[in-house]
Amino acid sequence: MARLTMREAISMALREEMERDDRVFLMGEEIGVWGGTYAVTRGFLDQFGERRVRDTPIAEGVIVGAAIGAAMVGLRPVAEIMTINFAFLAMDMIVNHAAKMHYMFNGEIKVPLVIRTVGGGGRQLAATHSQTPDVVFAHFPGIKVVAPGTPADAKGLLKAAIRDEDPVFFIENALLYQVRGEVPEDEDFLVPIGVSDVKREGKDVTIVSYSRMLQTSLQAAERLAKEGIDAEVIDLRTLRPIDTRAVINSVHKTNRMVIVEEGWRAYGVGAEIAARVYELAFDHLDAPIRRVAQAEVPLPYNRRLEQMALPQVEDVVHAVKDVLYLNE
Amino acid sequence: MTDLSKDRLLELYRQMVLIRRFEEKAAEAYTAGKIGGFLHLYIGEEAIAVGACAAMRPDDHLLTAYRDHGWAIARGLDPKRVMAEMYGKATGVVGGKGGSMHMASAAHRYWGGHAIVGGHLPLAAGVGLASVYKGIDEAVVCSFGEGSTNIGYFHESVNLAAVWKLPVVFLVENNQYGMGTAVERASAVKRIAQKGRAYDIAYKTIDGQNVLEVYEATKEALHHARTKGPYLLEAVTYRYSGHSMGDPERYRSKAEIDSWRANDPIFRFRDWLYSHRLIDDATVDAISDSVEEEIAEIMRFAEESPEPPDEALWEHIYVNPQEHR
Amino acid sequence: MAEIITMPKLGFDMAEGKLEEWVKKVGDTVAEGDVLAIIETDKASVEVTSFHSGVLHRLLVSPGDIVPVGSPIAVIGAPGEAIDLAALGLKVEGEAEAAAPAKPVKPAPEKAKPEPTPAAAPAAPPPARILASPVALRMAAELGIDLSAVRGSGPDGRIIKRDIEAYLREREKQPVKPAPPPPPVPVPAMPPTLEGIEGYRAEPLTAIRKTIARRMVESKQQVPHFYLTISVDMAAAMALRKQINAVLPDENKVSVNDLVIKAAALALRKHPALNASFAGDEIRYHDQINIGMAVARETGLLTVVIKDCDKKSLAQIAHDARTVVARAREGRMQLEDMTGGTFTVSNLGMFDVEHFIAIINPPQAAILAVGAVQQVPVVDADGQIVVGTRMKLTLSADHRVTDGAEAAVFMQDLRKILEEPIRLLV
Repeated sequence: MARLTMREAISMALREEMERDDRVFLMGEEIGVWGGTYAVTRGFLDQFGERRVRDTPIAEGVIVGAAIGAAMVGLRPVAEIMTINFAFLAMDMIVNHAAKMHYMFNGEIKVPLVIRTVGGGGRQLAATHSQTPDVVFAHFPGIKVVAPGTPADAKGLLKAAIRDEDPVFFIENALLYQVRGEVPEDEDFLVPIGVSDVKREGKDVTIVSYSRMLQTSLQAAERLAKEGIDAEVIDLRTLRPIDTRAVINSVHKTNRMVIVEEGWRAYGVGAEIAARVYELAFDHLDAPIRRVAQAEVPLPYNRRLEQMALPQVEDVVHAVKDVLYLNE
Repeated sequence: MTDLSKDRLLELYRQMVLIRRFEEKAAEAYTAGKIGGFLHLYIGEEAIAVGACAAMRPDDHLLTAYRDHGWAIARGLDPKRVMAEMYGKATGVVGGKGGSMHMASAAHRYWGGHAIVGGHLPLAAGVGLASVYKGIDEAVVCSFGEGSTNIGYFHESVNLAAVWKLPVVFLVENNQYGMGTAVERASAVKRIAQKGRAYDIAYKTIDGQNVLEVYEATKEALHHARTKGPYLLEAVTYRYSGHSMGDPERYRSKAEIDSWRANDPIFRFRDWLYSHRLIDDATVDAISDSVEEEIAEIMRFAEESPEPPDEALWEHIYVNPQEHR
Repeated sequence: MAEIITMPKLGFDMAEGKLEEWVKKVGDTVAEGDVLAIIETDKASVEVTSFHSGVLHRLLVSPGDIVPVGSPIAVIGAPGEAIDLAALGLKVEGEAEAAAPAKPVKPAPEKAKPEPTPAAAPAAPPPARILASPVALRMAAELGIDLSAVRGSGPDGRIIKRDIEAYLREREKQPVKPAPPPPPVPVPAMPPTLEGIEGYRAEPLTAIRKTIARRMVESKQQVPHFYLTISVDMAAAMALRKQINAVLPDENKVSVNDLVIKAAALALRKHPALNASFAGDEIRYHDQINIGMAVARETGLLTVVIKDCDKKSLAQIAHDARTVVARAREGRMQLEDMTGGTFTVSNLGMFDVEHFIAIINPPQAAILAVGAVQQVPVVDADGQIVVGTRMKLTLSADHRVTDGAEAAVFMQDLRKILEEPIRLLV
């Protein structure tokens, strides 16, 4: 075990996989000479050279498209899209190509590709650079969408993604890069894709979250504990394929649930999880499910306004008390 | 004149005839309701696929657009299974899950007919990148209509291929219309090959109705790609049929079509074979008969093949489906 | 300061009430204790009295509306006071004569961000169902709990898991109903229908009818009944009654039923096993002898209770019975009139019914069915057939509480008292 930041954990995963398998290479904007705009790949160019650490033009379509092509013929590309907001420029590649080809060509073609990208708001980057559109990507069968909330999961999931035979959209969060946690140094430490995880056990209420909002939810749980409320916190970790087993088990125990996501509420993760709980565990609910999510506005630049729009610890605390009927 | 043997030349001729007849039968089956979805016919453009594929090595890679039946046959896929794919049958090249626009075969290194205009150009760059990465000289032929050269992918892909010197032949099938929009109404540059200048790559315009010219030019382009980097090859051609079945064809005249028919690639090649004493009437008839026989077998196979099983619906969404949803 | 009048809870198991009639109207002055309205519960029509004085400003429900217990039904304030319904946390629509019953509206909790509210929420959701969370519903079904017996502590009185748990703890401490909880025995939701007949008039079950249906089915299915019938010589009792009534004013005249009640009370004093109730793992022998009597009304049967019958004189019993029956017939019952019975006397003698068998009213251990006093041929001590005065009494008893022999002795004693009616007076 080592105590690492999320950034270090992700770098470690990339480095280990590149050392393990020559088919693995990186391509993306500013990942080589610059060292990555979030410094995740700092030092990689020196270690692995230009063949395996490929700076690309600013052209998201061909970054993802060429990675798909290389994956089709046996390589293991890790394409980096600088931020998730730019992934919209590669949307057709992700949705119409990466997600479709294995199925549409009846297994003739495989696309073992990882697209790494960074999402989330809270850094005063204004509306186009602050989005959390994770669910947009998770909407499509054929692609896997992973969004870790802890350094250990980031390492284990990224390594699993690189070794996976399917296209994986790997969403990091800029505000999580500094978060520290214990990370196994084992080079074969993998976290399975498509398995959610109980991050904190509790009996009074279930908080479901992922990515940065996992940290927010855990902080809320600590605050609630001081008031005698024992919250269980579940980390989805993977948005597609979604794993609701831990969620359903937890609702059987607590009968109450709050879902916390950084993205917008409408058609969001909360909507999906809530619907599944209503379908699978309706008879175990003691209160309507509450969702905590981003205000339905394009994020503003102004710091105070931006923070108003983003889910905060106190929002989670309030929602939990709501489902416990403690607010009046 | 050509390095191809007589047998090989006659085989190219037969392929072109087969593709023509195949497409005519496909239209008939479509009209009879046996084929669903869209159906884009290759009639009139046969020389390009046949010529280009003749120039490719077995270990080279092919990606095409959605007007792909001719390409699939020219690349060596079983025509029975190509037709069965259009019929949506389990025996289709992709099990009835892709249809007319999505032929593919990993064994033939045919990485797909692609139906998003321009979408396969970045993929072709990536396949070329894999050759560079692996240090091998497998090259890529990526064919697409001239309409695709106006889309961003063309520019991103050609640029990246040029920067990274990727072994890709970008083969433009300039059939004069992007759906119903004439090339001069859609592209600022009428001579599509000239777009190669913008990226400082090799480029050339050829007569796409001359199968031998296509063959020679593709061979040259592939050699360039393997040794120097990308090549933009524009083959000027014409499709006799509409863009797809049901096209009202308000954008062109009968006279225009007839003038191109006078330049038909199959007749021209047959005439060339006659003039070089490589073919005679008996051979032409024999080829015609054998094609008709094969077509009958193709249609019987497609008709009689089974539907995909229900389980096929859930197969191949992922290579590694996770157990718990 | 304006006060909200809510639908009162008029019984432990009352979940909703139907507003029958407004006694006061908007603008009327109301003094504390004044009757504001008449409410129909599933047991009776009951007066709602005001706990506040002032002027009646608003009526929030209309006659016929059924609203959950705790729902606002009216607003009382100072004369001339401006009433801001929204400030009181009430929806503005649904007031006055609008047919829509008001639903209590929780003040919106303060939020960090606006929470989208369902845009098309119906203005007046039908309130006639018991609100319960899914898990509470499931637990109730599994444990055989009648939700109308559970108090809801959630929003709008919603019954939630902790309410079921509290109810279970309470039930374990002092079981009220025959326990252990058997599976629920509702009246079949869709009983078989008659085929091959034409035409009918359908009337929805009233609350009282529903309650009777439920309780009678429960009793017949869960309580092992056994029956004893005796024929009592009523000649002496009838003679005594004639004598007594001759000296009593009209309003206090004694009926045969009063005689039976008094006699039963005296017999029960000797036989506590019949003045008992079954309570799961114990039998409760009651100190008080409170006798219920069934009162037939147009809207359905009602049981009224006369307390401490063993301690009351015959005249007092007659007086109490007359008063409470009158209230029942007028639909002006009070809660005390209906609760606390330990034994029931059911009399159809006035309809010349010779003999019948009654269904026990749980958790009571027994019920006595009283037939008509009739002139019948009897064999006298000399073996001669003569005209006698006889009344048939049939006891239905709960075999879990008592046995045939004990019940038989009770009936013997009851006969003795009635045949030597002087005992009724001492």
